[in-house]
Amino acid sequence: MSVLQALDLGLAILILAVACTTIATREIFGAVVNYVAYGLLLSIVWIRLYAPDVALTEAAIGCGVTGVMLVTAGAHLRRPVHARDAEPSSLPVRFLAAVLAVLAAAAIAAVVLLLPEPPPSLALEARQSLAATGLGNPITAVLISFRSFDTLLEKVVLLLAVVAVWSVGPDRQWGSAPESLGKPRPDGALIFFEQALVPLGILVGVHIFWVGADEPGGAFQGGAILAAMWMIVMTARQAEPPRIDARWLRLCLVAGPAVFLIAGLAGPGMAGSFFAYPAGFAKPIILFIEAFMLLSIAVTLPMLVAGPPHGNPSE
Amino acid sequence: MSSALDVFSAAAIGAGVFFFFAGTVALLRFPDSLTRLHALTKADNIGLGFVVLGLLPRVDSPLDALRLIAIWFLVQVSGASTAQMIGTALRRKEAAE
Repeated sequence: MSVLQALDLGLAILILAVACTTIATREIFGAVVNYVAYGLLLSIVWIRLYAPDVALTEAAIGCGVTGVMLVTAGAHLRRPVHARDAEPSSLPVRFLAAVLAVLAAAAIAAVVLLLPEPPPSLALEARQSLAATGLGNPITAVLISFRSFDTLLEKVVLLLAVVAVWSVGPDRQWGSAPESLGKPRPDGALIFFEQALVPLGILVGVHIFWVGADEPGGAFQGGAILAAMWMIVMTARQAEPPRIDARWLRLCLVAGPAVFLIAGLAGPGMAGSFFAYPAGFAKPIILFIEAFMLLSIAVTLPMLVAGPPHGNPSE
Repeated sequence: MSSALDVFSAAAIGAGVFFFFAGTVALLRFPDSLTRLHALTKADNIGLGFVVLGLLPRVDSPLDALRLIAIWFLVQVSGASTAQMIGTALRRKEAAE
């Protein structure tokens, strides 16, 4: 066994162990911390599978943003909820859950193990058509060009999620700002952290978006980093969450999907079909769309974390 | 020349691994949260610092070297800040008890 194989095996065992600990941990904060560690390990797996784009997304969304969301959600529960406080489910229910879990795991295992050799793949075709887009990163080409409609719908889903979160608030608070993220008097260390990290983080976020055309990265990963920076600023109380009826906020939220849709609808006129980009202009158009996506993602994710409106709308 | 650089890399990364190992052992063995924090900072700052130092001669371009140093700097900033925050939280908890 080579060194890398031994490392892979160790990684796999570690992930299974952390996954089991996550499920077994009864206390919410501890479980979330385990879950974040699990996500980080998973992104190392993606690196080992030569999928750095997925690794970036997993690290940023899978454990970063989701982790913050879970910690915030856990803190919002009035009293510390321990799973053992809850009424234990009856034996048939637990049995049913176990059977379903085993069936799902077996189905996934069967799909993976029964893949034909070599597995069916469109990777070669995607790479061959890459030149037409003018991009260097096939992942970005698939996301914004070859399968652009799927990506558009994903962004619309994010937008709907924000609408759903806002709708949870009571009617009389509609239009006001979500609750502040951090404590009333944040730690000095947190403010220092915010001031040291945020300028660099914004640079890294924009950089990852920009290199996404030719190297691993893109609007989603870059946007998630920008979103994280805004969340840190709000947690350190250097800025408050905006009112949800602010015009600029609404515009930023819909900018990405709207520009994407307009570019798609312009396709029949410019290049002959829905979501077709004219030859030679594909790359600038894709970057233009991605820039607005970056903005929308950077605004959407913090608003998801901030939660429903919470205050007096007339203030 | 290149073999001297290889020896340097191996020595520096080895030193980094040693600090990570010592930090991990201390994290598992030290009695209370503050001393465990102290152990972690050694792994974060010096351990990672040595690993980055060992990798520096092996990069292709000066830009990559800058990236490595930036990673070390960011880990330092986040490690130091979270250690401070955890320490403050601990003291507040002790004062409340």
